[in-house]
Amino acid sequence: MRTLLVLLSFFAATATAGENQIVLKNRPGKDQVVAQCAMCHSLDYITLHATVLDRAGWEKTVGKMIAVMGAPINDADKQVIIDYLAQNYGK
Amino acid sequence: MVDRRHFIKKAAGSLAAIGGLSLWQRSGLAVATAATESTELEALPGKDALLKKTYRPPNYETPVNYFDDLFTPNNRFFVRYHHSLIPEVNAKDWRLRIGGDAARTPLEFSLEQLRKDFKTVEIAALCLCSGNRRGLFQPNVPGIQWGSGAMGNARWRGVRLKDVLAGAGIDKSALEVTLDGADAGVLKTTPDFVKSLPLAKALDENTLIAFEMNGEPLPHWNGFPARLIIPGWTATYWIKHLTAVNVISRPYDGFWMKTAYRIPKDRFASGQFSSQETETAMPITEMVINSLITNLTEGQTLPADKPIEIRGVAWDGGHGIAQVDVSTDGGASWHQAALKQDYGRFSWRQWQHVFEPKRPGAYRIMVRATSHSGASQPLEPIPNPSGYHHNAVQKMTLRLA
Repeated sequence: MRTLLVLLSFFAATATAGENQIVLKNRPGKDQVVAQCAMCHSLDYITLHATVLDRAGWEKTVGKMIAVMGAPINDADKQVIIDYLAQNYGK
Repeated sequence: MVDRRHFIKKAAGSLAAIGGLSLWQRSGLAVATAATESTELEALPGKDALLKKTYRPPNYETPVNYFDDLFTPNNRFFVRYHHSLIPEVNAKDWRLRIGGDAARTPLEFSLEQLRKDFKTVEIAALCLCSGNRRGLFQPNVPGIQWGSGAMGNARWRGVRLKDVLAGAGIDKSALEVTLDGADAGVLKTTPDFVKSLPLAKALDENTLIAFEMNGEPLPHWNGFPARLIIPGWTATYWIKHLTAVNVISRPYDGFWMKTAYRIPKDRFASGQFSSQETETAMPITEMVINSLITNLTEGQTLPADKPIEIRGVAWDGGHGIAQVDVSTDGGASWHQAALKQDYGRFSWRQWQHVFEPKRPGAYRIMVRATSHSGASQPLEPIPNPSGYHHNAVQKMTLRLA
């Protein structure tokens, strides 16, 4: 059942026309960000916080996604993701 | 959690789709909001175009001009989810399960049984997201950057939670009542959105399991087929697609109670929740006194030779609105607005004030509500880490030409 739900959620992700129009900046780290973050939520969560989070804020947020929300992100990817978010969507 | 998983398994056959996959529309319009950036107007299936904050989970706020209506129409009511998996529940297959270690007799109800077995009541109540206006805090606070539209006033029809719990045999050890809905995180590891209430609040005569909103079945995006209504308390407790209610003897320690939706203690005048309080923090509970202008917008230009009507709404956590004052000179002088019909202490209260401008120019409009408890709005928002309870006096500039 869980597998089915996960499949459905990916279907939902690709089926929402509006969500597909969110384009993140094409810089190193984007692939990891899209692969890991979009698993659970749309990427407008990132653009929404561009004026809110600085590097320390992004570190805390990504840390929370892993420690609290259970995102299966390894340490190497974690650093890549934090760098990408801080450099491209940091205030 | 177990109950929710069980429910999902049980309801698998009725999981027609994850909320409206194929029906997404895009209007392509953009409007400026009071917050930092422009926000797109987008329509979820069955909804009018609302201000999209995030697609998945869906978070959409209502444009403020729609609050000019006493009751917010269902298709214009805001949408707020924490999880991305939102099953479209089939009303026939839906079951509400009552249990917990402090309930002697576990129970299960169909929608039909709830309607048939218990007295149905209707309450007008404001549903307001704890983080409404978070986007107006300076400095910005992480979280959905809501403007003023993460709220709506509606007539909720359903049965009293206390009546439904009565047959379960509540034990003397009962302390809290947990609430769980059918929505779930994508990952099994994500903490399920479960909230708890103090036993007394769960048994309050105004706490309902609602299946109708403004005379119609709840919209999918607002919790079909049944959701909790906790008049006076912020919407974080108003669990949608309700599937499980457990009466428990210990403080519920899930993430969404223990860590999230908390405020520094003693900073706001709000209700207690002693079993969830620490020395420094407590869960958010009651809404605070607040008001909003609904018929005018910041920077609007109007003719200077005609009387100007200022309309809006005011609300609090259940004491009721005693008075609304309007200033047209930046707070130097205040005039009492006329309050419109009272629809009960949990509904917002509409108000109106007409002023006759003496000359053209910029006018600084302010509005401040006072509740029957004597509480009044502060001039500046009260800072807190998660950006809750933004209830500063609204300030708006009108240009009269």
